[in-house]
Amino acid sequence: MPDNFVPTAAEMLRFLPELILIVVGTLIMVLDPLTRHEDKNRLGILAILGLAGAAWGTFVAAQNGGPAFQGMLLVDGFATFFRYLVILVGALTVMASLSYLKRENAEAGEYYALTVFSVVGQCVMVTANELIMIFIGLEISSIATYILAGYLRDDKRNNESALKYFLLGSFATAFLLYGIAWIYGSTGTTNLAEIRRVLASGEGAPSQALLGLSAALMFVGFAFKVSAVPFQSWAPDVYQGAPAPVSGFMSAGPKAAAFAIFLRVYLAAFEPIAAKWQAVVIVSAIATMIVGNFAALLQGNIKRMLAYSSIAHAGYVMVAIAAHNEIGTAAVMFYMASYALMNVGAFAVIAHVARAGEKYVNTDDMAGLGVRQPVTAALLTIFLLSLIGVPLTGGFFGKFYIFKAALDANLIWPTIIGLLNSAVAAYYYLRVIVVMYFREPGESTADLPPLAPGVQAVLWGSALAILVLGIYPSVILDFAGRSANLVK
Amino acid sequence: MPSAVPLSWYLILSAILFCLGIAGFIFRRNIITVFMSIELMLNAVNLSFIAFSYQLRQVDGHIFSFFVMVVAAAEAAVGLAIILTVFKNRATLAIDDVSSMNN
Repeated sequence: MPDNFVPTAAEMLRFLPELILIVVGTLIMVLDPLTRHEDKNRLGILAILGLAGAAWGTFVAAQNGGPAFQGMLLVDGFATFFRYLVILVGALTVMASLSYLKRENAEAGEYYALTVFSVVGQCVMVTANELIMIFIGLEISSIATYILAGYLRDDKRNNESALKYFLLGSFATAFLLYGIAWIYGSTGTTNLAEIRRVLASGEGAPSQALLGLSAALMFVGFAFKVSAVPFQSWAPDVYQGAPAPVSGFMSAGPKAAAFAIFLRVYLAAFEPIAAKWQAVVIVSAIATMIVGNFAALLQGNIKRMLAYSSIAHAGYVMVAIAAHNEIGTAAVMFYMASYALMNVGAFAVIAHVARAGEKYVNTDDMAGLGVRQPVTAALLTIFLLSLIGVPLTGGFFGKFYIFKAALDANLIWPTIIGLLNSAVAAYYYLRVIVVMYFREPGESTADLPPLAPGVQAVLWGSALAILVLGIYPSVILDFAGRSANLVK
Repeated sequence: MPSAVPLSWYLILSAILFCLGIAGFIFRRNIITVFMSIELMLNAVNLSFIAFSYQLRQVDGHIFSFFVMVVAAAEAAVGLAIILTVFKNRATLAIDDVSSMNN
């Protein structure tokens, strides 16, 4: 069918967000040398406009939903949801970075271009319906993020963060790819729906050992990307060393996209062998929650603490994946949305308090923030309460739906351990709030400059969205519930 | 045309190369060598793709291996640049010396 190789107009429309972002990202790189140093902020504005355009493109693509490019991509509700999410995270990151880059005297167009390209990769990942597309999207996203992690070239911590992220990220990718190769070899296809069909029919009966091996290899790759135990060790160093807005970005966008492909591969393709992988995911989820939370208790550096907290949150999400039902999928979608908002917000506050060269990144440096900048402190408090999962915040309903899905799937023990872990986690988040409000103000918050407009927009926007999610969760949950059917 | 070498031989070779890559990644102490070990793993995967593709009489696997090569090249460009900045700031390529984060 050679005529099939020419994409139709509808197929191009389904790819519209990526097309817009690629054009904008390239445009930023072309304009970069033509822009005077003091005007570099305008390139950031251009990136935000491009991301807004991509959000519109996502809307148009959703109106014309369906498969594209011989079933390589599939624009369904699930993809649309995550496209909106990663685009939003990209826009918030750029907004939070405008003043950060000015302060570090490192303004350049490539930062914005790389953020946009990373979002392109994440959009491809969440839309992919085919293992090789997933791999390519993952790499587009990862390679751009490797550079962002080491963006301040002369900063030793940035170098180290980028190096570790790069080496361990590519190592994980190799595992994922080897898993893909074996799946291709044993089923003769890389299309997720086809794989599911082969697995379900049992015809051509691929050997169970081979299937188990390939699913395990792919699990290693995914576990690395979502920082699940035992492959979590890179996350603390990488998040601690990277520029704070980039850490916020990494813990939200690429992570949400990684969970999206995790869900798609394991629920759309590997559902027929769910009994085999469920136990592995449960064990990993429990270990991830415990390791993340207990290690976070010991951290003095607040970025490192949030890195361990992000490991713990990955554990909660994996409980919902292990449930492998539609409520679980919807819960993951809701959770990733609220988690992305609170983490981007929290890291934006940290970037603000850290000051030039990120001098003040310890929990103790938050002392006196409640007195010196009550509004900033109040907003950070909302993010931290949501991370704990206090009612009236998005984090509460995120956890609620995850544990509901787990109970529906009869996962009693993971639920109990998850709830106990949430209680442990409350301690280290509350400690930040206590330091902020009740500790004597130190030099770290003395003459702290006021919040820049971009950061203000990020903080108010995320805080409001978290409260809306906590009071009217149905805004997102209805959409997530409708889109949670991954089996076509 | 009957294949002179059975599929399993290619797959075993590919598995050996992949394991060598893992071993190199874990045990080598020079950043460049660690990076080369990752490339070895990717090429082991390529060998699997090609072998499966030949076995299945499909062209897909060949195409995948091209994509893997392109991605590996992009990764090498970025990775070597990152390694270069590390070397510039620390004047060392020993991986144990690149650990300044607190624990």
